[in-house]
Amino acid sequence: MSSNKKYWKSVEELNENSSIVEALKQNEFAQEIPMDEFLGDKDSLDASSTTRRDFLKYVGFSTAAATLAACEGPVNKSIPYVVAPERITAGKADYYATTMADGFDFASVLVKTREGRPIKIENNKLAASLGGNNARVHASVLSMYDTKRLQGPKIDGADVSWSELDGQLGDKLKNLGGKSIVLLTQTFASPSTSKLISEFSAAYPNVKHVTYDAIGEQAALDAFESKYGERALADYDFSEAEVIISVGADILGDWQGGGFGPTYAKSRVPKNGKMSRHVQFEANMTLSGANADKRVPMTPAQQKKAVAAIQSIVSGGSANTGLPAELDEAVKSAAAQLRKAGSKGVFVTGVQDANAQMVALSINETLGSRIIDVQAPKMTRQGNAEEVQQLIADMNSGAVGALLVAGVNPAYSLPNADEFVAGLENVDVKVSFNMKEDETGLLCNYLAPAPHYLESWGDVEIKKGQICLTQPTIRPLFNTRQFQDSLLAWTGQGVTYYEYLKNNWSNASTSWNQALHDGFVAGSIPAAEETTEMSSATSNGAITLSSAVAALAQEEASTSGYELTLYSSTGIGNGEQANNPWLQEFPDPITRTSWDNYLTMSKADADKLGIENEITSKGALNGNYVNITLDGKTIENVPVYVQPGQAPGSVGLALGYGKKAAVQEEMQVGVNAYPLYKDFSATQSVQIEKVGGVHEFACVQMQNTMAGRADDIIRETTLEIFNTKDVHAWNPVGEVDYNHSEISVRDKNADIWESFDDTMGPHFNLSIDLNACTGCGACVIACHSENNVPVVGKQEVRNFRDMHWLRIDRYYSSADTFEEETKTLEELPAFDSYSVVEKQSYDNPEVAFQPVMCQHCNHAPCETVCPVAAIGHGRQGQNQMTYNRCVGTRYCANNCPYKVRRFNWFLYAENDEFDYNMNNDLGRMVLNPDVTVRSRGVMEKCSFCIQMTQKTILDAKREGRAVEDGEFATACSNACDNGAIKFGDVNMPDSEIVELKNDKRKYYLLEDIGVKPNVFYQVKVKNTAEA
Amino acid sequence: MKQGNYLNSASRFSIITLALLLSFSSFVFAQDAEPAEGAAQSETTPAVQGGDAAAGKALFNANCAACHKLYSRATGPALYNVTERRDREWLYQWIKNNRALIDSGDPEAIAIYEEYNQTAMNLFPQLSNADIDDILAYTDTPKPEPKAPAAAAGAAGQGGGGVSSTVILAILAVVLVMLVAVLFLVNNTLRKFAVAQGVALPVKEARKPIWKSFVENQFLVLVSVIVLLLGGAYFAYGWMMQVGVDQGYQPIQPIHYSHRIHAGDNQIECKYCHSSARTSKTSGIPSLNVCMNCHKSISEVADETSEFSSVTEDYSKEFYDKEIQKLYKATGWDPATQSYTGETQAVEWVRIHNLPDFAYFNHSQHVSVAGVQCQTCHGPVEEMEIMYQNAPLTMGWCINCHRETNVKMDGNPYYEKIHEELSKKYGVEQLTAAQMGGLECGKCHY
Repeated sequence: MSSNKKYWKSVEELNENSSIVEALKQNEFAQEIPMDEFLGDKDSLDASSTTRRDFLKYVGFSTAAATLAACEGPVNKSIPYVVAPERITAGKADYYATTMADGFDFASVLVKTREGRPIKIENNKLAASLGGNNARVHASVLSMYDTKRLQGPKIDGADVSWSELDGQLGDKLKNLGGKSIVLLTQTFASPSTSKLISEFSAAYPNVKHVTYDAIGEQAALDAFESKYGERALADYDFSEAEVIISVGADILGDWQGGGFGPTYAKSRVPKNGKMSRHVQFEANMTLSGANADKRVPMTPAQQKKAVAAIQSIVSGGSANTGLPAELDEAVKSAAAQLRKAGSKGVFVTGVQDANAQMVALSINETLGSRIIDVQAPKMTRQGNAEEVQQLIADMNSGAVGALLVAGVNPAYSLPNADEFVAGLENVDVKVSFNMKEDETGLLCNYLAPAPHYLESWGDVEIKKGQICLTQPTIRPLFNTRQFQDSLLAWTGQGVTYYEYLKNNWSNASTSWNQALHDGFVAGSIPAAEETTEMSSATSNGAITLSSAVAALAQEEASTSGYELTLYSSTGIGNGEQANNPWLQEFPDPITRTSWDNYLTMSKADADKLGIENEITSKGALNGNYVNITLDGKTIENVPVYVQPGQAPGSVGLALGYGKKAAVQEEMQVGVNAYPLYKDFSATQSVQIEKVGGVHEFACVQMQNTMAGRADDIIRETTLEIFNTKDVHAWNPVGEVDYNHSEISVRDKNADIWESFDDTMGPHFNLSIDLNACTGCGACVIACHSENNVPVVGKQEVRNFRDMHWLRIDRYYSSADTFEEETKTLEELPAFDSYSVVEKQSYDNPEVAFQPVMCQHCNHAPCETVCPVAAIGHGRQGQNQMTYNRCVGTRYCANNCPYKVRRFNWFLYAENDEFDYNMNNDLGRMVLNPDVTVRSRGVMEKCSFCIQMTQKTILDAKREGRAVEDGEFATACSNACDNGAIKFGDVNMPDSEIVELKNDKRKYYLLEDIGVKPNVFYQVKVKNTAEA
Repeated sequence: MKQGNYLNSASRFSIITLALLLSFSSFVFAQDAEPAEGAAQSETTPAVQGGDAAAGKALFNANCAACHKLYSRATGPALYNVTERRDREWLYQWIKNNRALIDSGDPEAIAIYEEYNQTAMNLFPQLSNADIDDILAYTDTPKPEPKAPAAAAGAAGQGGGGVSSTVILAILAVVLVMLVAVLFLVNNTLRKFAVAQGVALPVKEARKPIWKSFVENQFLVLVSVIVLLLGGAYFAYGWMMQVGVDQGYQPIQPIHYSHRIHAGDNQIECKYCHSSARTSKTSGIPSLNVCMNCHKSISEVADETSEFSSVTEDYSKEFYDKEIQKLYKATGWDPATQSYTGETQAVEWVRIHNLPDFAYFNHSQHVSVAGVQCQTCHGPVEEMEIMYQNAPLTMGWCINCHRETNVKMDGNPYYEKIHEELSKKYGVEQLTAAQMGGLECGKCHY
């Protein structure tokens, strides 16, 4: 309990000397109950007219009466508005464009609200140029309904009013005795906030503003600033790229702010026989490596050498990489391809070294790359590590009088958090503007909580020259005030931040309302640019290319220990949303593990250390623990996940976990890796030692290979074969035996069922392009959010009772093509084959992602086995699950060849055993009112978002028009800004889905079993051409 | 065998008696429609000062009634006896062009303009002096006294139906008792005759009691047990199927809102208040600001003497006026100052139509697209003094309608293609909702 309030039930309790209070503390009643008077006296008992039989009769009657009365329904209240807001119609959704900017994720989004409650995040298609939205952005709506949020301002733990807080702080800030005031903030990338901060700096003496990113891009910022004179990050548009060479840059993850998925995916879809070639050199297995045409495992030290080598080859020289032969060849080949591609090639690197970043920029300059955009760079990382370290030093020396912390949690996320905490004791006035009483908030004496971005105003310059607007979609749930409003109050400007924003706007060409509607304005900067804001002219001055290359080439791997690469996981990111159960339960695309972070390690190293990943008899995954030591600091009991493809000698660990403050107990999972993030460098040399104990992982996919069934599950081919060979060679239609001859599985005679007539009205199909799918998982969260999918918790995930309607399967394959694997399979004796193909390749497997949801089979095996006809087939092609009819026999799930049906083993809503968002009033506000919350004992599965298609149809009917192409959508197809998931009506001529259905890349999952799915996939094509 | 004849004649007698009695009762208890009232109305509007009060009433209702009432203040002042308060010439000028009068600096005009918060009154240049005279004649009509006796008479008349059926039943019972007595007496008399004439009466043998033979007949026992069980199951099923079906549910609401007055007497279109039924899933309980659109100027119901009266013997004018006051309290409307105080209080209506969460129903689909009348499901709302649930709202009820109702497709381009295809398939021109796929589970359950 964080509250120190005293509660009492009667005024008597306030009197400390009252004897009654004392008595009540000890006993239930103040006086003895005269029990003997009516129980102990035999005479009075005999005199009583109520016999034992009568008593039983009364009990029986009242029980029966109560039972009968219970058959009456409850009385529901319907409470209308007194004065209805003009734009809200009960039962209809409204959409608002707004911008998320939590310092780590920046995204222009569309917010769906119902009855004034935001319930879902959609992509703002108008602002597609600003990058894609990841799973965390889609899940951010739930973070607003977080019970751990601060509900009002506090001073020293006591609730106060804002005026009280302003009064106290105003005095204190003005009288610091010459000590400085430091604003330690996240990256706002907000022109108005910058202006406001400079006004604040003018109003108070000795103000400093330090921007801090928990996971920073210091090196890239320094390099860019040194080369282009601006502290920003280059932007990339991969859609036209022909060759993408990445050294350690997870371009599909959070590298340099992320959001490159959509343009990347565009370049990956073969068009006119061409697609991009992506070569990835990396240590950890990342999403980018998984999607690359060629992935080369490489330790961080080797990566630096590779960067230098590529530079010299691209600029026309030759290079002696000093790398092992295999790697040397790969690097040289990649560099040659890059050089050949010229302006359509791009080089990116994630090496956390200003030299490497400098080299990367100059390589692209040499190439004349049109992929990189340095004119309108990204502003989403502004953190300055040196200033942060200077601040900690100042705090410890007592030079800081007041620390104002906004949007960051340094006590948790700083590598030297202990120094920060120690320094904080020397600061008199500590103010936290964070939404929660987090690790930093607990140490602050003033808490001035800010609202969630869905309750805030703001402007964000994600990309230079494009101002995105943040507008509230709901009134603040709690008594919170924006950081900017607080600054305005303390500078005595007498306006709200909303008015301040609007005033800044007045000189813009686009109208304010239009800008709010679109969510962003391109091409103009309305707010007057802020004056120079202590832009540190980077301590290392200008980096010269030659010195940079030389420094990189000389990089030597440390001789002992392991090279650790810290990364941000797809689900949790920097840990800002650690209390979001959707994200905790979201399985990592690569490891397929949720509710944890872990050390990823290569099989070779694991064997060396005697570490095993073991599958228990129940099918769950167990692992061993290690201790990780860096400079005497030890992180204890880190579980190890043996990761295929991890570069030997390197290990990986996700940041953002192990948060304790303001995080619900169930979600205090994993270990905090920030102490290893020394000098804000993601690569470290660490010592690892195995310790005892067994860790239980919540891993949803054990099967890592396809066991030779490549043709049935994931079809993959190379660009060469795709371009040159007949479709039957790489995308054959299965054959079945009929009258002693082979016929196509699509033949009418191959079918034992009578077909549904699906030619009338809409008939829905879903296409999934395996080339465009990067496995980012945005669709998984969107599905969660749209369909009220419950969170089941770690233990239940471990029992394989996760409820995700849409999963993204990840498969490894060892051979370059599946052909090889199949051949091996055919040549082996029957009983050996399985064990051989099951053997997982740990060195450098290829990876394929495959989103799988209910395939809505036209001949659905689940429909035929339901004893109560709870599953019906709709004319529109959906396989319709009727929850109220289901009795939970689970026959259907057993008969489903795709294993997409999910059973409600428990009641997940309003059940203390599952204390996630559906168990509190606040969290339930995110539920979609158009979708039933399923109860215990009921089967559920993907519905093709029938609530959305029905709404589209109804809107068309009401407006008296035909439905247009592109109108039908599902939550996943809407969320997929990579364009991998497309949904539509195949009875609509010339629609996109019809085109996809006729595409020669189309294939059906397990087509041979003849269930005729309404979901189809597009064969994955890899560009394997070397040079 | 002779006995049989006697019995026959006795039953014939009873049937004839019953028929006679019934035919009598039909006109004995018929209601007397009294040609009362009517005359009372006209005498209350006397002609004053040369004006025609009847014509004035029509003009008043057309032009003035939106803002003025005779006996109480509304947007503008009460107009009863305005001729005594103001000079007639001044009234002519004021009514025709009050703006000019105010601008001319007339102190009286300015005073009243200020008193009513500078609310501008409409100009009526089209009214002639004679028209105004008529209106003023009407405004001088004194407040009529309510007619209590007439209402009481109506109440007595209404109750008649209930009394008559009990009386019939009572008479029937008496007749039956008499019949039994007659039969008993006849039987006795005949026995006596038989004894007297020496006819040997058949002697009853001591037979096995019927229940004993029943118990011994195992087949019969089995059959009766089955019949009993089936019967029990039938009733149990019937009882269980009505659990949760709240047809006729008629809760008491926090404000007595009469659909009869609004939708019936005043013929307000349902969707004027339930506007979201046109576009949204829910029909929407109107927010109170919708009520205030009209009730700003309607602070009381017309009294029973008025032709617009909605007052019935069960609900008096005072009763309804009190309910309107509840609305004012909830919205924070102060009728005295004609302004909002800002103190609002939400009204917690008791929800009548409760669909379970797993059933999706969309009003706009039915109301706007299909053009279904609200009454189809909600019953004769315009006659309901207290709203109740008219339909059972069971799935069978929904399905039935979907099976029987033709989809309204004319003039809606959405349906063009599918209509063509489906009518070819089913060989019919009109398609039911079921043929459109309206019986698929997933259309309502998701």
